[in-house]
Amino acid sequence: MNAISSHRLLAGLTCLAVFTCGPAHAQDLRNGGKLLLTNGVSTIEGSGGGGLATWSTIAGNATQEGIGASAHGTIIELPDYNWTSYGVSLGFFDRVELSYARQNLDTIDVGTALGLGRGYTLNQDVFGAKLRVAGDVVYGDALMPQIAVGVQHKRSSDDAVVAAVGGASPQGTDFYISATKLFLSHSVLANATVRFTKANQGGLLGFGSATQNNHKPQFEGSLAYQVSRRFVIGGEYRTKPDNLAIAREDDWLDLFAAYALTRNVTVTAAYVDLGSIATADNQRGGFLSLQAAF
Amino acid sequence: MISLVFALALSTLQETPIADEPAVAGEAVPEPQRDPVTGELPVDPYEMSNAHAGAAPFTGTGMRDAFHGEEGIRRVVDGMVDRAIVDPRISEVFVSHDLVRLRRALFEQFCHILNAGCDYTGRDMEASHRDLGLQVDDLNVLVENLQAAMASEKIGFAAQNRFLSKLAPMKRDVVTH
Repeated sequence: MNAISSHRLLAGLTCLAVFTCGPAHAQDLRNGGKLLLTNGVSTIEGSGGGGLATWSTIAGNATQEGIGASAHGTIIELPDYNWTSYGVSLGFFDRVELSYARQNLDTIDVGTALGLGRGYTLNQDVFGAKLRVAGDVVYGDALMPQIAVGVQHKRSSDDAVVAAVGGASPQGTDFYISATKLFLSHSVLANATVRFTKANQGGLLGFGSATQNNHKPQFEGSLAYQVSRRFVIGGEYRTKPDNLAIAREDDWLDLFAAYALTRNVTVTAAYVDLGSIATADNQRGGFLSLQAAF
Repeated sequence: MISLVFALALSTLQETPIADEPAVAGEAVPEPQRDPVTGELPVDPYEMSNAHAGAAPFTGTGMRDAFHGEEGIRRVVDGMVDRAIVDPRISEVFVSHDLVRLRRALFEQFCHILNAGCDYTGRDMEASHRDLGLQVDDLNVLVENLQAAMASEKIGFAAQNRFLSKLAPMKRDVVTH
C-alpha cells in the first residue's frame, strides 16, 4: 500500500469510526466505480467471492478511491436441511474488507433423529476481515492475480450440540490466502484459495474434535466464464476437514450462474452438492442468493 | 483499456501550443490554426513508433474481422468518444482536447493492435496521460463507454474481452492519481 492510500484508508476508517466525516474527506471519496461483477458476490460466510468459495476481491463497488458496501441474503434448499444466511460487508479503498454473516441451518427431521427436536436450527455468526496485499483482478500484468489474506472468526450459538457431536470448541478462526484473476483474453475468472481451518461443516458443528484439533490446509477453487458483461457461469470446489467421529464430512461443490440485474443488484443461482451433513447423505439442492452492492 | 483510449486521446489532445513565435509585447498571440487537411491542431514534434501503441498487435485476421475491419474499428472509436465526451463522470477530461486528433490516434492504436493494417503515430501511453491525473474510476468509465460502443457494433463479447486484455496492462501508465 503506498503512503497516499494508507493515509486515505486511515482517514476513511477514522471517518467511519467517529461518524463525523468532514466535507474534506467526503469530497475525496469516489464511490461505485468498479466494473460490473468485478466485486464478485457474497459467500455464505459473508466474504466477497463466489457462492461457496472466498475470493481475493474486496466487497462493494468502490475502487481505491472510495468506500463500498454490500448486503446479501442466501437460501439453500437441501433434501434434509434448509439453509439461510444473510450478512453485510464493507470495502475500504479496494484494500480492506470487513464482513459479518449470520448462518442458520434448519435441521427439520434430522433434528428429531439427533434428539434435538424437529426443526432445531443451528446458528453461527461469522466475522471476517480481508486485506488485499497485491495485484489487481482486472488490470495490470495479465498473469498477476489479485492476492489477499483474510480471517474469519466463527462463533456457533449451539455449544451443547457442538459438544454432543464431539466438537472440541464452539468457536474457531479460519485463516486464508486467496488469488483471483480475470483472464480477459479468455473471458475466464479463476480463483484459488487455501484456508487453514478446523471447522466442522463450516463451523456449524463446531471446531476440531478430541482427536483432530489442528488447523489444516483446505482448498477452494473457482472457475467462471464471462458470457456477457452482466452474466457469468461457473463452478466451485471446496475441500473440508473431516474431524468428527460420529459423521462423515464431504467436500462441497457448486455450479452457478450470476446475473447483474443492475449495477447494484446481482442474483446468483446454483446447484450445490454439500455431500453428507450430520449423517444425512447426498445433500444436493438449489442455492439462491441476492446481493445489493454500492 | 480505457487508458489506451485515454492515452491516445490525451496524447492526441494534449495540445501543445503551436505558436512558438515569441509574442511581441502588445501583440496578441495568434490562435492555433487547425490543419486545413486533417482538421487537427498542431503539436510539438515527437518521435513516432508503433511501440507507443502500448501493446503487441494480435496475429492473424481473426480480431480484425471480429471488429468488422477498419470501418468497424472507426465506428467503435467514434462510438466510444461520442459517449465519453458526454458522460458526466468523465466528460471534463476531454474539455479543451483536440477531439479530431484524439479520434485519429485512437483509431490508429486500435487498428494497429487489432492487426487491421495501421501504424500508430500518437504519443506513448505514459506521455499522453502524464498530466491528466486520471483515477481508476475514470478508466473504468472509459472501459464502459468502449464496451457500449463494441456492443453497438455487434462485436462478440469474447472478442471484446480479448481486445480489452491488450489494454488492461496499460493502466499503470494511464492511472496516475
